Amino acid sequence: MSFLHIDHVSKYFPNPSGEGQICIFRDATIKIEKGEFVTVIGHSGCGKSTLLNIIAGLETPSEGGVILNGREASGPGLDRMVVFQNFALMPWMTVFENIALAVRSAYPDWSAAQVKAHVDKYIALVGLKGAENKRPVALSGGMKQRVGLARAFSIEPKVLLLDEPFAQIDALTRGVIQEELIQMWNATRNTVFMVTHDVDEAILLSDRILLMTNGPEARIAEMVHVTVPRPRSRETVIEHPYYYRIRNHIIHFLVRHAKHERGSGMTPGGDSGGDAQIVEVNFEKESPRAQLTAL
Amino acid sequence: MAGQAKGNPWFISVFVLMIFLLAWHFFTLTSLFDARGLTDEQLQLMEFNGDIVKTPDGGYAWNPEKEKVKGVPGPLAVLEKAKAELAEAFVIKGTNDHGIAYLVFYTVSRFAGGFLAASVIAIMLGVVLGLNKVLFRAVNPFIQILKPISPLAWMPLLLYTVKDPKWTAILVVFMAAIWPTLATTAFGVSSLRKEYLHVAAIVQLSWHKRLFKVILPGAAPTIVNGLRISFGSALVAVVPAEMLLGELGVGYLSWIEWNNLDIAGVIFAILVVGVVGVILDSGFNKLAGLVTYQE
Repeated sequence: MSFLHIDHVSKYFPNPSGEGQICIFRDATIKIEKGEFVTVIGHSGCGKSTLLNIIAGLETPSEGGVILNGREASGPGLDRMVVFQNFALMPWMTVFENIALAVRSAYPDWSAAQVKAHVDKYIALVGLKGAENKRPVALSGGMKQRVGLARAFSIEPKVLLLDEPFAQIDALTRGVIQEELIQMWNATRNTVFMVTHDVDEAILLSDRILLMTNGPEARIAEMVHVTVPRPRSRETVIEHPYYYRIRNHIIHFLVRHAKHERGSGMTPGGDSGGDAQIVEVNFEKESPRAQLTAL
Repeated sequence: MAGQAKGNPWFISVFVLMIFLLAWHFFTLTSLFDARGLTDEQLQLMEFNGDIVKTPDGGYAWNPEKEKVKGVPGPLAVLEKAKAELAEAFVIKGTNDHGIAYLVFYTVSRFAGGFLAASVIAIMLGVVLGLNKVLFRAVNPFIQILKPISPLAWMPLLLYTVKDPKWTAILVVFMAAIWPTLATTAFGVSSLRKEYLHVAAIVQLSWHKRLFKVILPGAAPTIVNGLRISFGSALVAVVPAEMLLGELGVGYLSWIEWNNLDIAGVIFAILVVGVVGVILDSGFNKLAGLVTYQE
């Protein structure tokens, strides 16, 4: 039994132009082990953020369910904290208050001093010491998301859900925060589920990358193992022989728009793992035939 | 240079005021009575009619009592009246003749009572409507119909039902203040960014923390806008309510001075209404500044 099991989840929305329903994605099944970092990549509109919201309990699945640590996870809870694309910091609260709001809720028995010590620790961890009493409006995008990460890590959730966390941050700052995230993740070894459309980001951070076809009726088509050993950094990761092969494979997939295609030729490894529908891609285990097609 | 302010605006304000006062003074100037060219019979007739009075030195002058209602009194006459009124500010001469300080106090407390009661009820109802879109849409037509009704239109009905002018005056202010706040609160809460509520749901805030830490502060800028509109219309409503109901206050002062045919008194009362409004308004803006935030 895996730690986080997304079990045959489908989502339908009512058709805005007439009767019936539109299927956003169908039959998403993902098994994530404890301490694993799994990323979903797909084009806009494939429903990957909806999937993340379903795991967070902010939206309900039309079919299927989410099982966390052997129990069904329905409705939002402190065990599944989200880092939002647009930060979702309360603009009327200071940095400290934003984090303390979550900490107080997660540890209701703590004294004010305990809460302060805990919040200060996480503010220091993201390098925002001195900005405790600033309001979000006074912070840059990168600093805002550092607060978002500190808030998420501070309540020590079982699963961390990252919803395109760096999409609104300028490219240079993005790299810095990605490495900070790696360090925080190394320290805590949280289970992380991330949604993004940045391929480099996904390879840098993830253990496995799931590729989604375009919506409507999107589905998870491939699972790519990131066979680049940790620890990774932005500088070293691109020198690894598998880096560009993984990157090219993913980009080919995305460029083909991947509408209901199943790997189509580019399937190194070839063995479809636990789930018959998902094509598993592992460049360490690739067959000679796949190597040929890759060339 | 465009947009660049040079010079002190106060000088201009004072200058404009001086010009206004001088113009007012000279346009309302009346000539001294000139007895030349009039026969004794004519003078006696004019004295008999009350147009002129005998002065101690044997001459004649315009009757000061009749002067009061001849044309508009000048600024000096109003200043005299103001001095007299302010000297007796804390004197109660009779049931209906209280000093100006009392009148201001009555008006402010009447206004504050109606406005605060309306604001509390409007904000509570507004939050409920803002959180429940179906209820909001069901109730919105009623709000839209009730909102434009002049609060004074309710007065006969209110007077008939509560049978007490004191409460009627407060209820008129209440009716003037409730609708704008109700409508904007419901709008502000319903258009609150979804992420804030998501964060509140994930960290499992209790309902009162959700209300006081997230919903109300988040909607505060919109709510304050509604309160400002309510504030203005309540301030406008309180003066005619006092006039029509004969309740002691600055609005009543204006009316009673009109009944006394004391035009200087009417102008003084108007000025008092203006000053009271400015003071209340600046107090309100101070409070509003505390709860608004920058996105």
